[in-house]
Amino acid sequence: MSGLVVRDLQVAYGAVAAIRGVSFEVTPGELVTIIGANGAGKSSLLRALSGLIPVAGGSAMWNELSIFGYKPENLVRAGIVHVAEGKSVIPELTVEENLDLGGIWQKKSAGVDAIKAEVLQLFPRLGERLGQRADTLSGGERQMLAIGRALICKPKLLLLDEPSLGLAPLVIEEIFSAIARLRTSLGLTVLLVEQNALSALAIADRGIIFNLGEVVASGKASELLADPVLRASYLGY
Amino acid sequence: MLHIWGIEMKTILETLLIGVSSGSIYSLMALALVLVWRSTRVVNFAQAGQAIISTYIGYESMKHLHSYWYSVLVAIVAGAILGAAVEAFVMRPLAKRVRGSAAADIAPVIATLGILGLIRGVAGLIWGNTFVQYTSPLSGKGYTFGSTTIQFSPQNAAIVIGAALVMAAFAIIFNFTKLGLALRASSFQPEISRLAGIRVDRIRVIGWACAGAAGAVAGALVTPTAYLSPNSLDLLLVSGFVAAVIGGLDSLVGAGIGGVVLGIGFAFILQYIGASVTFLAAFIILIFVLLVKPAGIMGKSGGRSA
Repeated sequence: MSGLVVRDLQVAYGAVAAIRGVSFEVTPGELVTIIGANGAGKSSLLRALSGLIPVAGGSAMWNELSIFGYKPENLVRAGIVHVAEGKSVIPELTVEENLDLGGIWQKKSAGVDAIKAEVLQLFPRLGERLGQRADTLSGGERQMLAIGRALICKPKLLLLDEPSLGLAPLVIEEIFSAIARLRTSLGLTVLLVEQNALSALAIADRGIIFNLGEVVASGKASELLADPVLRASYLGY
Repeated sequence: MLHIWGIEMKTILETLLIGVSSGSIYSLMALALVLVWRSTRVVNFAQAGQAIISTYIGYESMKHLHSYWYSVLVAIVAGAILGAAVEAFVMRPLAKRVRGSAAADIAPVIATLGILGLIRGVAGLIWGNTFVQYTSPLSGKGYTFGSTTIQFSPQNAAIVIGAALVMAAFAIIFNFTKLGLALRASSFQPEISRLAGIRVDRIRVIGWACAGAAGAVAGALVTPTAYLSPNSLDLLLVSGFVAAVIGGLDSLVGAGIGGVVLGIGFAFILQYIGASVTFLAAFIILIFVLLVKPAGIMGKSGGRSA
């Protein structure tokens, strides 16, 4: 089966289990969101999938290729690109250097310049600030920069960790609508981890609800939004 | 002769020039320490040993090449390879072993002390614990203007020019090349760099190689002004470390400035107070900088500079 297939995934920090046997799939081109409170294991899941942390058990396949045991930089080359939590940019570098970082290891013929132009069209505010250090950007602009750099890596599977964190509602709307447009225009498969359940389910095809390292519910985004029990206990509104 | 407030201007200028020359060597050593600190957060005490080996290799190659300048190139290549080897075969495997343990921060530093001791011992076995001369074709005698001769010699000039060239080369590599971008990114944020596709482990090896090359230039240029023995560069390591701390430990520009400032300071202390207090002064300066401006002259307090 192509796409992302996770089976019985376990992650532990020492003796503390962060993910206790999680299984799910994301089919090609799908946008799936994982929702849950702090400490639900959402970030650990993405860190395991991108090769940043070792897993304690289970398997994960991306287009029928087992991905555990590879370094993050090799998974990036296989199209699995992770935008880590907290506006993942390098503050000491300029905006342009942050973008270029995603392209310097690619061949010239890979069309990096064309993708960079597309990114700047998608986020024109980055284009106006190319020479500025990334730490002079607003929170929303940093998140755009982090996503822009990920796009330059030419992702097939995009792993997004809480892009809404610490952003104002209008900015969240802007970022999420950009994500929704991107996945259609680029044909991306997206796994979006969020605490902001409403915004995430609004653009997702399906949702998976995490609690204490386990899947407690999953289904179509529209159905999850309509379920009164889930609303009260996990979605928090 | 021009005198101001009873101090001879010739002596002041001369002391300044000598200070810049010895300071250039400290700058190179500081650069080597800063490059490693930035790439792996380790203070590399083995750098003195690595520079000793590369200088001995330069010394040996001169017997066959019959050219000091070619032998300096050989020493630079040897220093780079040695630096890369220390990172790839000792430091990286060690970091993986101790990751997450209580010894994760201190074990690598102790390992560099171990490597320093090992290298010194091996150098002693191969070349003996005696002094040898590694000579440059440039004169060690000072320039003469009319009837006055100053302490600053053509070899001192070569040191200043050589250090300036190395600094300029690193400035260009770091600021204007893809490799430089990868080196900077990996040192600031290794995890984000990995997620952007940078092979951080390889970049670190290159960082250690650059450091080894800078240390090799220092060893090969300074040795003709003195002598070569298995521990002849140990004091240089101390000066380089003080210079790096003055410059903020994280800043390449700071390393350059820190070295020259320290060199000039030493030269004046040597001229006006005496040789016996110069190294005492080094440690006083070190403690003073750490107490008053721990981030160094190029560092923002609490932050890191580029």
